[in-house]
Amino acid sequence: MALLEIRGVGKTYGVLRALDGVDVTVSAKSFHGLIGPNGSGKSTLLKAIAGAHYATEGTIVFDGTDITTATPAERSRRGLSLKFQITAILPELSVYDNVLLAQQAHRTLWDLLRSRSRAELHDDVMGWLERFRLADRADDLAEELSHGQQQWLEIAMALTQRPKLLLLDEPTGGMSPEERRATGRLLEPIREHCALVIVEHDLDFIRDICDRLTVLDNGRVLDDGTVEEIRNSKKVQEVYTTRV
Amino acid sequence: MTDSPQTTRARIRALPIIEGAVLVGLLAVPHVTTDFQTIIATRMLLLAILAISFDLCWGYSGIMTFGQALFFGMSGYAAALLANKAGFVQLWGIVPASMFVGLVAALALGWFLLLGKRTPTIIFVALGTLTASYAAERLVAGWQWVGAANGMSVWDFLKIGSYELEPGPTFYYVILAFLLACYLGARWIVRSQLGLVLAGMRQNEERLAFLGYRVQRFKALVFAFAGMIAGLSGGLYAFHEGFIGPGSMGIGLSTYAVLYGLFGGVGTLVGAVVGVAAIETLAFTLSDVDVLKPYWPVILGVIMLVVVAYRPTGLLGLLVSRRERIGSFGIGARRKARGDGPAARPGPAAEPGE
Repeated sequence: MALLEIRGVGKTYGVLRALDGVDVTVSAKSFHGLIGPNGSGKSTLLKAIAGAHYATEGTIVFDGTDITTATPAERSRRGLSLKFQITAILPELSVYDNVLLAQQAHRTLWDLLRSRSRAELHDDVMGWLERFRLADRADDLAEELSHGQQQWLEIAMALTQRPKLLLLDEPTGGMSPEERRATGRLLEPIREHCALVIVEHDLDFIRDICDRLTVLDNGRVLDDGTVEEIRNSKKVQEVYTTRV
Repeated sequence: MTDSPQTTRARIRALPIIEGAVLVGLLAVPHVTTDFQTIIATRMLLLAILAISFDLCWGYSGIMTFGQALFFGMSGYAAALLANKAGFVQLWGIVPASMFVGLVAALALGWFLLLGKRTPTIIFVALGTLTASYAAERLVAGWQWVGAANGMSVWDFLKIGSYELEPGPTFYYVILAFLLACYLGARWIVRSQLGLVLAGMRQNEERLAFLGYRVQRFKALVFAFAGMIAGLSGGLYAFHEGFIGPGSMGIGLSTYAVLYGLFGGVGTLVGAVVGVAAIETLAFTLSDVDVLKPYWPVILGVIMLVVVAYRPTGLLGLLVSRRERIGSFGIGARRKARGDGPAARPGPAAEPGE
């Protein structure tokens, strides 16, 4: 069953047509990659799904609900999490508090004021920090982490909300090869409860973890299929050999 | 685990010491000052409540308000009207009435400025609150029923039962109790998990929206609470001074509220109290020196300008680290780091192998 259905989505910035009639379907618990040359509209599409900006036309249906014009907060509450391209952790908060902040996001105001969930969430927060190898940095400020660790922290923040769909915009940007491999291993277990839409320039990384790929070019879908189908696609090879 | 330098720094907590010292100082004031000075100090306490309301908005929630005096003044007028037109001067009624007027006014202005379809910019909110404060000042200045430019005198004393609260030591301690209640209420909010949301909002509002927080609603809520305590101080101020005028709700006092906060150090709460004490004491002292009498507002202005320009964290910034100002909200991160907290449970998935 489709978790995310994108139908005829377009996005125009002034005279620039960034997306044009894009159709993408993402199944529940599948890993879906968005690839394409620079400026092909990958990040624009991801932002339209997350609500960072709104599609000029078309519809985005998530888990049976039309979210085309929903706010980012509404989308998050429906089970959609985003990791930004530029790391968007809260630098002046501790690593622990960053995860706690994400974890408590859907609590009621009264809950937050009484702070009753603090003890309740502690083990879970530490669990996520352990999983992302950040437990021994829990008390440090997030800004003191290395770039790769900051990326992990942000993925942990996104996952701690137990989303149905996680959107990752270049999660391995600036990482060492070892950190990239570790990131792949960190993401694999989430398949049990969460689908993934990922934009990434590292094609080896994306081939390793994704089930399906959508290739964008000039704001349009160039091709869509399994990793193997895309690997053998003549249209895709042409774009990548001539322009990448 | 070896503590990082940040962890070590975080353990040296200056804020509770400063809070304790300020409280002891405030408790001692009537014992070490003349009655006249105690009356001046009582006024400072009332202005400190106003300054705390500004700190909650700007220091904790990123709402640049240039209109806190609006709520102060509206409640002051409401209290004066209750006294003069209805003959009601009981503390038990004046306090909730003042808070109610401040709360409703802040809810209305917050709804208009913060809860629109588009996310408001800091400048929009600053100008919106400034305009509201200025407009209200102009309105009452031309409204005969409330005394127009002459303001309203409040002839009767505030009463607790049949006991009349005259300005002096008793009034001072009553206001100190209200300041303490406002301080503790504000402290409870900023140290709660809501405080963590506010701390996150100040750093990256957009990120919090993507986490699922309805950021503007939180802002409107803090703005309303701040308006409520500003209203409380305004209502009590009208009785303490025996007067309320257009200047008490205009941009002059609103700007002072900003300066109290910035001078003392925003984002600490106690900085607002220190800011009021410092600025008002300086103003009082400078205006009393014969040779400085013509120039004291200029000297005070220059001092404030220097502090605000070169010490953005205010006077408290000299003693309180950024880490402590922002705070820590988890229950066990630090204990865990020391190894005496509850053991961390393995995560929901297996530890990634190397």
